[in-house]
Amino acid sequence: MSILLDGSTKVIVQGITGREGSFHTEQMQALGTKVVGGTSPGKGGTSHLGVPVFNSVADAVKATGATASGIFVPAPFAADAIMEAAAGGITLIVCISEGIPIQDMIRVKDFLQGYPQARLLGANCPGLLVPGQAKIGIIPQRITMPGHIGLVSRSGTLTYEVASALSARGMGQSTIVGIGGDPVLGLTFSDVVQLFEKDADTTHLVLIGEIGGSDEEHAADLLARGSRLKTVAFISGRTAPEGKRMGHAGAIISGNHGTAKSKEEAFKRAGVVVAETTDDIVGLLR
Amino acid sequence: MKLLEYQAKEVLSSLGIAVPPGAVARTPDEAAAAYARLGPVAVKAQVPVGGRGKAGGIKLAHTAEEARAAAQQIIGMDIKGFRVPLVYCETALDIAREIYVGFTVDRDARANVLLLSAKGGMDIETVAEESPEAIARLHPNPWRGPLDFELNRLAFDAELGELVRPLSAVIKKLYRAIPDYDALTAEINPLVVTRSGDVIAGDAKLEIDDNAAWRHRDLEEKYGSVIEGDPYEVEAKKRGLTYVSLDGEIGIIGNGAGLCMSTLDLVQRAGGRPANFCDIGGGAKAEVVENALAVILMNPRVTGVIINVFGGITRGDEVAKGIVTARDNLQMKLPLVVRLSGTNEEEGRAILKQHGIEPGVNAWASAQKIVELTRAGART
Repeated sequence: MSILLDGSTKVIVQGITGREGSFHTEQMQALGTKVVGGTSPGKGGTSHLGVPVFNSVADAVKATGATASGIFVPAPFAADAIMEAAAGGITLIVCISEGIPIQDMIRVKDFLQGYPQARLLGANCPGLLVPGQAKIGIIPQRITMPGHIGLVSRSGTLTYEVASALSARGMGQSTIVGIGGDPVLGLTFSDVVQLFEKDADTTHLVLIGEIGGSDEEHAADLLARGSRLKTVAFISGRTAPEGKRMGHAGAIISGNHGTAKSKEEAFKRAGVVVAETTDDIVGLLR
Repeated sequence: MKLLEYQAKEVLSSLGIAVPPGAVARTPDEAAAAYARLGPVAVKAQVPVGGRGKAGGIKLAHTAEEARAAAQQIIGMDIKGFRVPLVYCETALDIAREIYVGFTVDRDARANVLLLSAKGGMDIETVAEESPEAIARLHPNPWRGPLDFELNRLAFDAELGELVRPLSAVIKKLYRAIPDYDALTAEINPLVVTRSGDVIAGDAKLEIDDNAAWRHRDLEEKYGSVIEGDPYEVEAKKRGLTYVSLDGEIGIIGNGAGLCMSTLDLVQRAGGRPANFCDIGGGAKAEVVENALAVILMNPRVTGVIINVFGGITRGDEVAKGIVTARDNLQMKLPLVVRLSGTNEEEGRAILKQHGIEPGVNAWASAQKIVELTRAGART
């Protein structure tokens, strides 16, 4: 089992004919993802990578019955693409695009309140992957293997680093979820933790957070109320100074809010083991 | 991009908000000329950080000579790492009361929040800690902005009911900074009510979302070059790098923001001090590595560099070749430790070794290695 996605989920790709969209659609197909189509306005009626291309998400959903979408369009068009997916009936929207203006995302979040069945992952995220079955996004499947560890992270490369270390030691993953590095996001740590909590196939959880905001603290509060998952948390950015954005738009300490210390302490209070380095995570899970 | 006060006031003025008469001065003579035109003025350092007053960056001038002397002292001053490029000379206001009004992003609510407080002129974070009940809050709908009845309630909540009309007018104009300029922060503190009853922006803070820079090229062109930031950050920006200057000695390059941040943490844990954050993104292309190294090596404090690359799809041997080329092109002599992981990592490490670059086993061992090498370098 897995969360959010599996090998039977029908997936479309928004921006399928673009360079990024094409490359990653092929990777998604190689893992076994059921890609049933894509969109590219003006190219409706053609086919690309063996699947039909539609002018709009609504057309694609009508023709294919897709329930999930991966968005690979440039940032200036991404907010509209998310809203189009929700309005078109997609229930899992995965937005990979990086650099979407924060005000666009604030308007998107408000818009999505009208579509309570639609879940948004991202933006500015690597997407999600169910080892051996399916993925939407850019997580390389080579470093993953099927198993029982749920992995949720705000960072792309740190996710790869940890997934790779786990796989190298034969510790497989149930689902790997990258929630993204922006300050205004779709699914939060708490949302994903709750999904893993309900997934019988997930026994362990690795949570990789970073400075900025208080989503990690909220997830810690949730875990403190009782969890069946053996959890290890890691927070990057202990050395980050106040007021500087560390690469991710959301990785910023404002005043005394959003520090690594506050997040680590929240997890420790919740009884969650906090790893000092990513290398320590594997040992702490055993 | 954080605008300077005079820039933010120009924007607010264009939105219809009253600001005091003022003039920019780049030299003491220009400050004296501003006095001649405006009369008594406050001479204010223009830097994109708070705490100017405490740092001696604001002085009152009652004569042309005082204005000249104040500008002489303030221009070129360092305030929290920013060199003051110019001063803003502004007519002093006849203040009856000071109010706080500002929009900012409330991350937890995934919304903008409007804050209004009768305790103006103080740092709003201090007010929030000391008397949180003195701040009234509203999350305006992001498609239509705040409505009259919402602002009415807000003003009464803030015990500013008698000013509801002028406040609503100012707030609606200030709100335009969000849809029109992608403001992440739009703050007037203090919003001054003068003895004659005028409502005027005493100070102004505007932060424009860098992700939306493509929508506001005009702002960037008009204002961006005036703000004197850290020289390495300025150079990195020119080269299209994600770079943040820090105050240590070990240069750091990583691919991916999280990985790069965790590399800083490891270096610090090993007893070193990071000189910077530099995320070279996914592919770790040779040209980007060279640009990153070039910027890091500009900094004379740097005594060594660590590169941490996790290659998901990128090939380790290609990354290694790129790093060797970059080092050779830049004639880099300082210690360099490279941690490579991913496809063809063995070949990558072999290439590094052949060319005298230390390949790290894992991230932690690499961090310890660069700290050790830079210490050895310091001793010899």
